[in-house]
Amino acid sequence: MGLLSDPNRRQALINLLTRLNAPICGMPVDWLVKTMQARGLEVFTQSFSRTLPFPDENTERYVVKGTNVYGILRAPRAPRTEALVLSAPCTPGDNNNQAVGLLLGLAHYFRNQVYWAKDIIFLVNEHDLIGMQAWLEGYHHTNVTGMDWSPLQGRGGSIQAALSLELSSDVVTSLDIVLEGLNGQLPNLDLANLFYAFCQKIGVLCTIQGKLQRSDWDSASGYNHAVQTMMLMVMKQASGRPWGDHGLFLRYHIEAATVKGVNSFRHYKTDATTIGRLLEGMYRKLNNLLERLHQSYFFYLLPSLSHFVSIGYYMPAFGLLAVILLLRALDLWVQLSAQPSRTEDGVAGTEQSNPGVLSVLTPLVISHLTGAALYMLPVRFQEVAVEHFPVSETEAVVLTAIAVYTAGLALPHNTHRYPDMGWRVLKLVALLYLAVLLGCTAVINFSLGFILALTLVPAAAYVTPHVPKALSAFFLVALSPACTLLFSVFFFQELQEMPVSFQDGWLLYLSVIAQGMLDHYLYGSLVFPLVALLVYPCWLLFWNILFWK
Amino acid sequence: MSLSDSLISFRNSFISPRFVQNSAGQFFSSGHTNNWAVLVCTSRFWFNYRHVANTLSVYRSVKRLGIPDSHIVLMLADDMACNHRNPKPATVFSHKNMELNVYGDDVEVDYRGYEVTVENFLRVLTGRLPPSTPRSKRLLSDDRSNILIYLTGHGGNGFLKFQDSEEISNVELADAFEQMWQKRRYNELLFIIDTCQGASMYERFYSPNIMALASSQVGEDSLSHQPDLAIGVHLMDRYTFYLLEFLEDIHPSSKTNMNDLFKVCPRSLCVSTPGHRTDLFLRNPESVLITDFFGSVRKVEITTEPKFSIHQSYSDSDP
Repeated sequence: MGLLSDPNRRQALINLLTRLNAPICGMPVDWLVKTMQARGLEVFTQSFSRTLPFPDENTERYVVKGTNVYGILRAPRAPRTEALVLSAPCTPGDNNNQAVGLLLGLAHYFRNQVYWAKDIIFLVNEHDLIGMQAWLEGYHHTNVTGMDWSPLQGRGGSIQAALSLELSSDVVTSLDIVLEGLNGQLPNLDLANLFYAFCQKIGVLCTIQGKLQRSDWDSASGYNHAVQTMMLMVMKQASGRPWGDHGLFLRYHIEAATVKGVNSFRHYKTDATTIGRLLEGMYRKLNNLLERLHQSYFFYLLPSLSHFVSIGYYMPAFGLLAVILLLRALDLWVQLSAQPSRTEDGVAGTEQSNPGVLSVLTPLVISHLTGAALYMLPVRFQEVAVEHFPVSETEAVVLTAIAVYTAGLALPHNTHRYPDMGWRVLKLVALLYLAVLLGCTAVINFSLGFILALTLVPAAAYVTPHVPKALSAFFLVALSPACTLLFSVFFFQELQEMPVSFQDGWLLYLSVIAQGMLDHYLYGSLVFPLVALLVYPCWLLFWNILFWK
Repeated sequence: MSLSDSLISFRNSFISPRFVQNSAGQFFSSGHTNNWAVLVCTSRFWFNYRHVANTLSVYRSVKRLGIPDSHIVLMLADDMACNHRNPKPATVFSHKNMELNVYGDDVEVDYRGYEVTVENFLRVLTGRLPPSTPRSKRLLSDDRSNILIYLTGHGGNGFLKFQDSEEISNVELADAFEQMWQKRRYNELLFIIDTCQGASMYERFYSPNIMALASSQVGEDSLSHQPDLAIGVHLMDRYTFYLLEFLEDIHPSSKTNMNDLFKVCPRSLCVSTPGHRTDLFLRNPESVLITDFFGSVRKVEITTEPKFSIHQSYSDSDP
């Protein structure tokens, strides 16, 4: 009754897969078009090109050009109002051949069934995320990121759900599901539940964050394992990158996930037909849906595939951190309004008692200008940097960013007419600013907001001009966003059980910064502008307060 | 005239008019002369396949036992047989492994899709339809009609959901039946409902000659029977599944009575507790045949010898 119960079809699929063992990707457009047409799909192509703001370290060129190929399987009896997408990224080399082969085999099988109520779009995209972004923008007639693409000739209806396949090797022992998308957006939990239910039913090992779930929940080591899995998800979500091709679908309110086949060298291996059956089951379930997935949670954290932490549980933790800032601000407000009664004598007259908000305008403007410099200078002046220093463009960009960041520390600090009260007003404004900023960030991307809150709130609440300068300066720098990122990189590698040395960690850190900036320019990720334009100036205000004279 | 002749004539004159009347009374012992059925499925969407299958199973039994399409008002809120998701188009199965296709070749659906609304249902029952309504959509019953009303879908305590957008309450239903009684639109009425908390729907009835059965009590859910893995949905509800099995054994001349119907689907099979209500019914349920409601049975007596002869009586009385 399921896929490939017919031995002939099974053989055909195996033939296709073995033929694909030879490297084909580098995008054999014509071959794909011909093969898809032979399977009875309506095939179209889309070409796209994108000028990168600076060359990616992997590709070392400014312009990325490519072609997406997609075939639409029309539902035999249904109106063409809804669609499902199955995609496999085609990276150069033989990285994902198996996935493309499986996709074609599934297309062939699906074509012969009568029960499809939605069109199924089989998409093979080039250059991973860039190609996917081009296809999605073309499909939805939007242009968020300034990419250049040819319009799509053929279209299905509105896309209800999507799955992206990545099979990295011939031999697959377990399947991993990746949920984190752009800006930390997650698909509906029902999609993860669907995947897990089918893995159980078919008997395939499934993992999340690459970790198998354990059955000993009560023991300390079981709990530890669950916490590590959840921390991995928090880190991945905080980075704001799409961790699979599915990550770009989420912006259009299309529930999507990436299924990765992993070879973890176990004894029991899964073959392509089993994965095909799993996908067939998932697609049939999605086909029978009458509405978009909306019954389950959109905001959650997964310590394992069968347990979740919903927003109702983790938001109060963030709320408590934000309350610290508000209490501090309240304290300062009370102090400020209590001032007029004390200043009765001489020079420190009524002018000093109420400095007013305008006095903090200068530090605010300066720190935001620094933030704007951090946002704009690295990319704009990369040519200048390359002329004068022996570095590549990517390195130039990253190092300029770090340089601007460090330069901000050496900004002139105001010496004011209000030595005593001025910093209180500035701190009040800064605390409220930080509270609002963190609150908004946590709502959009909880993990990012939480990590920033964890590091910034203690420093912000604590810092005053009267604390010991050297020690607090060190702590303030250690808790600044850049160092948080550095520690996170090392921590992330630890959690994934691939600890790195300091050299490699530093290089990884630089590449993470470059990737973060690229994500912003290519897909509209908000982490880089948030940190550069808002969090960093806010942090600079506290630095300013620390060195208040 | 001999004594025997006079005795014979006396006997004949005594028997002939009243005997005919008594025979006629026996002939119409249940009091009805025609049968109607109103079969309603109130839910739409693919995952409510089983409600359509329920209704079609009862339709099939009722038709098999003799009620013609002109006397059946079949209301199906959604089309399962030709649904895009049906892997076996033009079929609706009631048993898994596709043993029994209740859709068949000659299904006549009178109210389909969005026409199945509370308003239309009540208008059918009470007869208040616009003059342009075709005969197939009308319940043209009279005071000698036995009507079977079967409802299935999603329900709750005191209501039945129609089409995901409206509901009918038990009070409305009871009032509709009272209207029917006052307009003499039925002789006896059998009301069967297969929903969650179905017993709440017959709590409010107050018109005479109504017998009601439900698949579950208030506070209980009616459960579905079995999924078919090829079609991917549950095919039938438990109560109607066992009802169908029970009805498959009934043929037009069977003498099974209502007490057997009350025993269909005990708690061990149904998980919910089926309930029934007979206090409004005038006759003893034991004397009510299943075919009084589910079939359209004409009582036929085959005479092998003449019981009485008109010519003989006339000749005898002639001195």
